[in-house]
Amino acid sequence: MNIEVRDRNQIKAAARVGLAIADGDIHPRPKAANSLDPFLSERWRRHYATYGALPRHGYQKGPAYPKGQPDACRRDTYLPDGGKPGTDVAFMAAQHLDPNNVELGILNAITPSPGAVQNLDFGAALARAMNEWQVAEWTEKDARLKASIVVPYEDGRAAAAEIEHWAGSPHFVQVLLMSRTAEPLGQRRYWPIYEAAARNNLPIGIHAFGYGGYPVTGSGWPSYYIEEMSGHAQCCQALLSSMVLEGVFEHFPSLKVVLIESGFAWLPALSWRLDRNWKRMRDETPHLKRLPSEYIREHVWMTTQPMEEPERRKHLTDVIDWIGIDRLMFATDYPHWDFDDPASAVPVRLDDAQKAKLFRENARLVYGV
Amino acid sequence: MLADIRPIDCDIHPAVPSLKALLPYLDDHWRETVVERGVHELDSISYPTEAPLSARPDWRPATGKAGANLELVQRQALDAFGSRLAICNCLYGIQLLFSEDMAAVFARAVNEWIAREWLDKEPRLRASIVVPIQNAEMAVEEIERWAPDRRFVQVLLLVMGETMLGRRHHWPIYAAAERHGLPIGIHAGSGYRHPVTSVGWPSYYTEDYVAQAQAFQAQLASLIAEGVFAKFPALKVVLIESGFTWLPAFVWRLHKYWRGLKMEIPWVDRPPQDIVRDHVRFTLQPLDAPESPDALAKVLDHMGSDDFLLFSTDYPHWQFDGGDALPPGLPRDLVRKILLDNPLETYSRLREEAP
Repeated sequence: MNIEVRDRNQIKAAARVGLAIADGDIHPRPKAANSLDPFLSERWRRHYATYGALPRHGYQKGPAYPKGQPDACRRDTYLPDGGKPGTDVAFMAAQHLDPNNVELGILNAITPSPGAVQNLDFGAALARAMNEWQVAEWTEKDARLKASIVVPYEDGRAAAAEIEHWAGSPHFVQVLLMSRTAEPLGQRRYWPIYEAAARNNLPIGIHAFGYGGYPVTGSGWPSYYIEEMSGHAQCCQALLSSMVLEGVFEHFPSLKVVLIESGFAWLPALSWRLDRNWKRMRDETPHLKRLPSEYIREHVWMTTQPMEEPERRKHLTDVIDWIGIDRLMFATDYPHWDFDDPASAVPVRLDDAQKAKLFRENARLVYGV
Repeated sequence: MLADIRPIDCDIHPAVPSLKALLPYLDDHWRETVVERGVHELDSISYPTEAPLSARPDWRPATGKAGANLELVQRQALDAFGSRLAICNCLYGIQLLFSEDMAAVFARAVNEWIAREWLDKEPRLRASIVVPIQNAEMAVEEIERWAPDRRFVQVLLLVMGETMLGRRHHWPIYAAAERHGLPIGIHAGSGYRHPVTSVGWPSYYTEDYVAQAQAFQAQLASLIAEGVFAKFPALKVVLIESGFTWLPAFVWRLHKYWRGLKMEIPWVDRPPQDIVRDHVRFTLQPLDAPESPDALAKVLDHMGSDDFLLFSTDYPHWQFDGGDALPPGLPRDLVRKILLDNPLETYSRLREEAP
C-alpha cells in the first residue's frame, strides 16, 4: 500500500502474475466534469453545472478529510497527458489489466456517487448517465471489464427501476451500493433494491465510502483520515448486522451480497457477537429462523483489499479458515493508493485450488461470468 | 479455581433503585426540581430493564431492579465467585442529560450514594467515579472530589457521547486521571447524541448492543490517533463490557493504515499494537467467541499478550449461566493472570492493600 511511484508516465509492463485473475474492485471515473453531459438531459446538465452534486457533506469538492495522496490514487496512475487516474480504458488495460493478467475486472464507479446526492431526481438521472457512460466508455471497449449498476439507493423504487432497466444486459454483473447510507441497509426502504436484484440474479455489491449524512462513528466525527479509513470496517459491521437482523436474507433467500474494500478479518468476531446476542434476545427478532452466522456464511462474500496484515501470517490463515476461502475474492482497488498487488498482497500460503478460488473462481461463480 | 485464587471482579453494576434514592444527596434546589418538575428515572435504553441481557433470570429480585440490593449483590456477585474485590460501575444515565449543571449535580449524587450506600457498607467493593462528560472542567472537578478516597479506583466514561473521546477538549480528564493513578474505564453505552451506528438508527435492541463493539473500535482509533497515549504516557484505559475478539482484526487494519498514513499523525511514533499492549485492557465478559475452546485459543494467540484480560462477571447482566464466568480450556497461568494479576497490575489503587 502507499506505493510511492513518482514517475507518472512509466508503465510497468512485465507480466508478473502467471495466473489469470479476476479483480473484484476497479474504479473508473469520468475524465472531466462534463464527461457525463452526453448522457444527461439538458435539464440535468444545467442542474449539475449550476448547483453541483450537493452530496451529504459540506465541501463542494469532496469530504473534509484530506486523502493520503492526491485523488487517493497511486502516483503512477495519472495519464501521460496529466489526466486523472482511472479515466482511460486503454491506459488502464496497459498498466493494470495486461501486466496483472486480469481476465475479469469488476468496475465500481464511485465518483461521482449518485446515491449520496441530496436531490433524489438528480440522483436517478446521474445514475442512468453513469451506467450509460460505463457501457460506452468501458465495457464496450474492453470485454474483460464488467460494470456494476449504480443506483440512487436512497430512493428504493427509483433504484429498483434502474436495475430493471439494465437487467439482462451483458455489460452489468452486480448492483452497486455504498456502505455509508442514510439508514442501516437492512431497513425496509432499501428492500425494493434487493427484490429487483434477487429477481434478476444480480449480487448486491456494497463498496466502502458514501455519504449518508450521519457522523461516521456513533460518537461523532473523528478528526483524521486514518480514522475514517479504519472506520469502514465498523460501518460494514453495522450494515451487515442490520441486513441480517432485519431478515433481508430470510425474505430474499437467493440474494448475494459482496462487501467491497472493507477488509475481511473483522467478520468472524462480528458473527460470534451477533450469534451470541441473537440467542439471548431471540424473541426480539422472531422472523429469523437461523443463526446470524449461518445467513452470513450463505449470503455474504468479501473482496480482500485492503487485506489485513498481522505480524504472523498464520493468524491470517486462521481468519480465512473461519470465513471460508470460497467467500473471499481478490481485488486490487486500482488505481487507488492502497492498491493490493496480486503478486505480493496475499501473505499466506495457499495451495493451487485455494489460489484458483480466491483469484478467479469465486468471482466467476458469484458474478456468473 | 475461582475460589482458590479469589478473583478481582472488574465490572459489576449496582443499580440506583430509583431517583428517590439520590434525593438525600441532592441540594434543596435539585431535590425540589426532581419532585416539582417530575423528573423521570434516568434509566438508559442501553439496558432496557426487562430485556434478557439486562439481568440474568436468577439474579432478578422478586421486586425492583437487579443490582439494587446490597445483600443480593454480596451473595450473588461476591460470595458466589469468591471475589476478594469488585469494581462498581454505576450505569445510571447521567451522561445522557443535556444540561451540564444537572449532569454535574447528578454525577456527584451518584458518587456520594455509591460511597455511602455501598463502599461504606461492604469492604470488598470499589467503585468508578461517574463524571459529567458533558463538560470537561466539571468532570475534572468531580475526579478531584473523589480522588482522595482510595476506594474510587477508576474514572468511568461511556463509549458513545457527543464527541470522540480522543478529542483534545477531553484531555483535562485524562490529565486528572493520570495524576491520580486512575485508569479511564470506558463502558458500553451511549449518550445517544448520535445514532449508535455510523449509518443511522437501528431497529432492534440486539442491533444496538452488537453495535457497541463498533463504537469501542472507533474510540480506540480516536484515542490512538489523537495522541492521548503520547501525551499521557502513564494513562491506562480499560474497555469494559466491550467484547475483545474484535481486537486483532482492528489492530491489523489500523496498523496497515498507520504505515501508509503516519504523516497525518506524526505524534503516533510507534505501531498501534504496541500502544494498545501498553495502555489498553479489556474486561472478560461478554466473551464474543464460539463455544469451541480451539477458536478462543486462536483469538488469544492473535491478541499477542496475556496481559489484556481482566476478570469480570458483568453482574447482573446475563452474559453466562451458573458459575461459568471463565471460558473452559484456558491455561492455568493465564487464568491466574486474568483473575488476579492483570487487575492488580492495571488498577494501582487495588495494590495499596492486600485484602
